[in-house]
Amino acid sequence: MKRLLKGGHLVDPASGIDGRFDLLIDGDRIAQVGRDLPASLAEGGDVLELGPGLVICPGFIDMHVHLREPGQEHKETVATGVLSAVTGGFTAVACMPNTKPVNDNAGVTQLILQKAREANLARVYPIGAVSRGQRGEELADIAELREAGCVAVTDDGLPIATAILARRALEYTSMFGMPVIEHCEDQSLKGDGVAHEGPVAASLGLRGIPGVAEAITAGRDILLAEMTGGHVHIAHMSAWTTLEAVRQGKSRGVHVTAEVCPHHFTLTDDLLAAPIPYDTNAKMNPPLREERDRQAMIDGIVDGSVDVIATDHAPHHYDEKNVEFDRAPFGIVGLETAVPICLDRLVRAGLIRLPRLVELMSVNPARILKVPGGTLAPGSVADVTVLAPDLAVTIDRDALRSKSKNTPYHGWTFTGGVAATIVGGRVVFSNPASGWPAGRD
Amino acid sequence: MDAVAAAAALSQKNLLGIADLSPEEIVLILDTAEAMKEVGRRAIKKVPTLRGRTVVNLFFEPSTRTRTSFEIAEKRLSADTLNVAIGTSSVVKGETLVDTAMNIEAMSPSMIVLRHGSSGACHLLARICKAAIINAGDGMHEHPTQALLDAFTIRERKGRIGGLKVAIFGDLLHSRVLRSNLLLLTKLGAEVWVCGPATLIPPGLARLGVRVTTRVDEAVEGADVVMMLRIQLERMEGGYFPSLREYFTTFGMTEARLKRARPDVIIMHPGPINRGVEIASEVADGPFSVILDQVSNGVAVRMAVLYLLAGGAEDETVA
Amino acid sequence: MPVVMDADRIARALTRIAHEILEHNHGIAGVALVGVRSRGVPLARRIAATLGSVSGEEVPTGALDITLYRDDLMRAAVGPQPLVRKTEIPFSIDNRTIVLVDDVLYTGRTTRAALDALIDFGRPKAIQLVVLVDRGHRELPIKADYVGKNVPTSRKESVRVRLQEIDGVDEVTVEAVE
Repeated sequence: MKRLLKGGHLVDPASGIDGRFDLLIDGDRIAQVGRDLPASLAEGGDVLELGPGLVICPGFIDMHVHLREPGQEHKETVATGVLSAVTGGFTAVACMPNTKPVNDNAGVTQLILQKAREANLARVYPIGAVSRGQRGEELADIAELREAGCVAVTDDGLPIATAILARRALEYTSMFGMPVIEHCEDQSLKGDGVAHEGPVAASLGLRGIPGVAEAITAGRDILLAEMTGGHVHIAHMSAWTTLEAVRQGKSRGVHVTAEVCPHHFTLTDDLLAAPIPYDTNAKMNPPLREERDRQAMIDGIVDGSVDVIATDHAPHHYDEKNVEFDRAPFGIVGLETAVPICLDRLVRAGLIRLPRLVELMSVNPARILKVPGGTLAPGSVADVTVLAPDLAVTIDRDALRSKSKNTPYHGWTFTGGVAATIVGGRVVFSNPASGWPAGRD
Repeated sequence: MDAVAAAAALSQKNLLGIADLSPEEIVLILDTAEAMKEVGRRAIKKVPTLRGRTVVNLFFEPSTRTRTSFEIAEKRLSADTLNVAIGTSSVVKGETLVDTAMNIEAMSPSMIVLRHGSSGACHLLARICKAAIINAGDGMHEHPTQALLDAFTIRERKGRIGGLKVAIFGDLLHSRVLRSNLLLLTKLGAEVWVCGPATLIPPGLARLGVRVTTRVDEAVEGADVVMMLRIQLERMEGGYFPSLREYFTTFGMTEARLKRARPDVIIMHPGPINRGVEIASEVADGPFSVILDQVSNGVAVRMAVLYLLAGGAEDETVA
Repeated sequence: MPVVMDADRIARALTRIAHEILEHNHGIAGVALVGVRSRGVPLARRIAATLGSVSGEEVPTGALDITLYRDDLMRAAVGPQPLVRKTEIPFSIDNRTIVLVDDVLYTGRTTRAALDALIDFGRPKAIQLVVLVDRGHRELPIKADYVGKNVPTSRKESVRVRLQEIDGVDEVTVEAVE
């Protein structure tokens, strides 16, 4: 079936397009991009006249998501996770291996992919474990994982335990051109910390995690990537010292990429004290840091040192979060809040323009994970995110499609939202309030 | 009773920390405690004030001193008291703090005195309970009644708090007593110095308006009040300093070191004391020590807090 | 705002009461005064001074704060608490005749609280009651032994006693309450 999207502003940095263009989809592929394409091209299909201001982008890919299945289906399942993803404008997600059991073998990978096929919403790219059981001892069967469909490896939730294991992982994955995604955190410096080490944690009596705990591991892995020629991707970067290490690595030509989460460039540890003291929805790992760190993440996004915005979507059940701060698990949901935050706080704030946002959320994740998408060039997969940059969006935790509601943004209003999400040519999510026309989907 | 009595109210329903109190509220508590202290000197040390009110002492950490002090304060005010001591073992069995609190709340207590190992546990309880919550020590956060009784003792001995040099020694990183004292003493205008090993000084402490040093002599110099904090054995095991012996030789309060203080210095310690670790016996038992005054003043201060919170000033517009 | 007692009337009433105390107790041996806070305290001191100058002996005088004994405490679910002040009775009340001094006798509830409070201090031989003004409307079976002035009032009125030591002026007024 053909579908013609008319009247939108089309942004496709990979093709150098940023202007008023129409998009023709044929089946699950992009067929044509052009100015004022005639409706006759979509004969027998849909002609969708987009409301004013809508922006057509290559599908957004969230390369850091916890879908919790198998093993923790009370928090999230593949089905609820991908529903949350498409609602948030993501056409694809890469899911972390710290499930129960750990995704360290083809069986778990295949189970996740089977659940994703059944849900049939966003594409799901499993990420395998670096080490068997994520125990940090010996390498998992990485070739088998890749064969089964994994697009990267990580021990996320924990750093790769030792320098020698990180070295082996970088060497081994370099055979397949897979990235090693690193959760940077020196375990001895983290200790039993629960919040960023600084004045706020000191006044609240919370055990601290210093920023350099992240930078030390990042520095180690960047040096190892340089030595081995492997590709290290720094997950959820939060500290200014880590950004410095990434910049230095990049300037020396090391194959290092880095991602930042929306909460780390919008929030600081002040949120631990007010408005809700000890709010467990302000507890994540890495922790919300200080203003200097937050500003550094913005700088990295603006100057290109940051490659990707990912959410670290980490659903937890209400009961698990409704406990003492130090007993609560780390993490917040992010799939349905990322687009409003980025449109409002980065684009509308004038820090970056839309093509840069598309690079951060679509082009670069596709390139790093070597997965389809990231462009609207004819012949590409028809994964499209349509943005409504002028739409006022108030975050309501009860309205989230994710199974979990652990967000610190409840009640926040942002300007910018999702008009529609198209995966493989199918409109899997649309918001009529955004100016998206009523179609047949 | 037609006389229009002067009203005394705290702006908060709970006492979660000194952070929430204004200087005027702190003075109100101390003044009320003076009246309460007189009750403790009577032949019959009991007034009918809280008759029919139930106060639950919910202690998730062992504490003889604080729990006993609260219990005596409650009994002197004629409250019905209920002690619930929960070892960590029953938490392991699966009941959450929230569930425990809801069960207690269902019995309609007026107040819950909470001691808990997690910072912020009182804030969590305050969000779900109608009863007033009194923080009897939460993790590394605050121990407000300890700071209030310390202030009461200082004021009793020195006649004032503003302008005094107060030097506090010990574990500045993990101590909830320190945090509450810093907040209170700076609010009332004292010049506060803190001193301890660099490994036990949290970042940003100086931003709380205190002078930070690792040199004992500098902190003691001209001090009106010397306050020692308890050094816990597990800090040594955690690698914060090499040995108790070295701690004492470097930071322990001895008569020799105390010579730099003002001649009328008072020595305070929240207890329990580690003799020969943070404080020499001669100092703890010496003429400058007010350590036992602190203990007896604790009852009066806690009576004052219980009394002032029993009115339950939930709404500031009610005057 | 009619003034029912001026400074002169108050002084004469207190002098008369002092003499009545002497007469009633056959001297001041074993007598002590306890003023109820706030305005009972200066009244007790003034009576003690008169007793002292007449008898040549000093009469022990104390101050009693009855806040912690009030029967209207804790009745309201919310609201501020009355300010608690110090009770200072620097002598034993055992086997003494305690003359309790208050400014106004109205419902009798303050006196009830004061009696309870006093008894927690010991076992006096007897307790007698002085009030500057008795305005009627008793709610408890309580009667003053010495009264400065009986002032008939309605419940809608309020009796205010102002004293030099606290208010800078000696006078008793009856005021309408809205």
